[in-house]
Amino acid sequence: MEMFIMGLTIFVLAIFVGFEIITKIPPTLHTPLMSGSNAISGITLVGAVLSSGAQHTMATTILGVLAVIFATINVIGGFMVTNRMLAMFKKRS
Amino acid sequence: MSALINIGYLVASVLFILGLKGLTHPRTAVRGNFLGATGMLLAVVLTLTNQQILSYEMIILGLIIGGAIGAVLAIKIEMTSMPELVAVFNGFGGMASVLVAGAALLENTLEAEVPMMQLTIAIAVSGLIGAVTFWGSMVAFGKLKGLIDENAVLFSGQQIINGILAATALALSCWVVLDPANGWAYWLLVGVASVLGVLLVIPVGGADMPVVVALLNSYSGLAAASTGFVLSNNVLIITGSLVGASGLILTQIMCKAMNRSLTNVLFGVMAPVGDGGPTADEVYGGKVKSTSPEEVALLFETARRVSIIPGYGMAVSQAQHPVASLAALLESRGTKVEYAVHPVAGRMPGHMNVLLAEADVPYEALRDMDESNQDIDQVDVALVIGANDVVNPMARTDPSSPIAGMPIIDVDKAKTVVIIKRSLSPGFAGIPNPLFSLDNSLMLFGDGKKMVLDIIAALKDV
Repeated sequence: MEMFIMGLTIFVLAIFVGFEIITKIPPTLHTPLMSGSNAISGITLVGAVLSSGAQHTMATTILGVLAVIFATINVIGGFMVTNRMLAMFKKRS
Repeated sequence: MSALINIGYLVASVLFILGLKGLTHPRTAVRGNFLGATGMLLAVVLTLTNQQILSYEMIILGLIIGGAIGAVLAIKIEMTSMPELVAVFNGFGGMASVLVAGAALLENTLEAEVPMMQLTIAIAVSGLIGAVTFWGSMVAFGKLKGLIDENAVLFSGQQIINGILAATALALSCWVVLDPANGWAYWLLVGVASVLGVLLVIPVGGADMPVVVALLNSYSGLAAASTGFVLSNNVLIITGSLVGASGLILTQIMCKAMNRSLTNVLFGVMAPVGDGGPTADEVYGGKVKSTSPEEVALLFETARRVSIIPGYGMAVSQAQHPVASLAALLESRGTKVEYAVHPVAGRMPGHMNVLLAEADVPYEALRDMDESNQDIDQVDVALVIGANDVVNPMARTDPSSPIAGMPIIDVDKAKTVVIIKRSLSPGFAGIPNPLFSLDNSLMLFGDGKKMVLDIIAALKDV
């Protein structure tokens, strides 16, 4: 139970941090914000790597590998496309 | 070793926060994204050193396949299709949560002892939110891509069915929590949540898509956070809640910009068009003035200040590059050109800004709605391209209108308004737009891209 309360504490505090930062992001950058935040939500990859490498059973390994694939698409694709978009935002020359 | 890994996860979390902070200005945004990516690399590399991992073949296989697909998608995608891509990525994040929670349930029931209740609750929540996110995103993708009817798909009893599905999902969640050793309950839950995800997005119409995409973004974060509870992993909890908060804020901004409540958007409820509302004939009858590219070029000749108001129509006709060329041409003649961007123009938050940035429009020229409205009365020519409801003055003037109270860009206050549009057909709200028949309005009927190119040609001739 203690673990859970710890987790809950972090969860609530992180939401507040999120609100504080995100409200300062200008509308111009809302699309890169979505793709970029989407890329970091691919952090589930950490869990996926553990499931696919721990080799408990065939079933957990298959689920793990599929999760690694989905999460990696999310992470790699998300960061790359965000970078591509942000590189287009240029100052007046 | 485990303490070291956890400190590393903390560093990764800080990098994610700094990365998001970098996105508060275009100047620092590229570096911010890089910090986020560095945090992710750190988290994954640390995880690979975990002693639970016995074999690396399958992990590497998954990383290569996923990385290749992700890279190809990111490189190939057209900027106009960005909403579809973000929808897909949201969905994949949700699916990863479903799979990781499913694997965690299996692992825990293999050991003889009964898993703790908070673990099984977190597993059920991950499966539920993850499946809703995945299937909701797939439907959003289908609608944005035009594979599924883009309009609101409504049928009778829809909300009762959704209610029954939600109750069933809740009951199945309880079953997973009380009887975790039962292998079927979790996948049944995922199945029911999948149907729920489809039915939740089906009733949402095209112009409401920015809200849904933002909301699914939030769900994908919450799914990651709940997976963090499954694994007792703080980096997942922190990151998931950051993304959850981000998506929620965007959802709220989008709803406000349409003056619609979230429940109305989610249940496909449009304010009914009042019977007393004016018909198209009453609004337009004999008062609409049509113009030609040559006339518009003459107007631009003498204009000192021009404001361009882009809408989804600009994305559809791929007119962003010609629009930027027109602006550059005008600026080379000493005219001041700026862009007034409504928050919900397009199919996702910030959609127009990305398209214009792609066409090399400097970010200083992209102004938001409030900023633009402050001095729009000093604009000589306002050029509306592919926008309709977001410039409809009825939002201000007619309290019985379905869009009453929606914040709009007040182009009607500009000295002259030129509207490029194929016809007088109504926008998403389904109502006529009195802007088109104002004394200072001129309609330029035709395809957005072609008309802009014609104006450029005419400007070069004079």
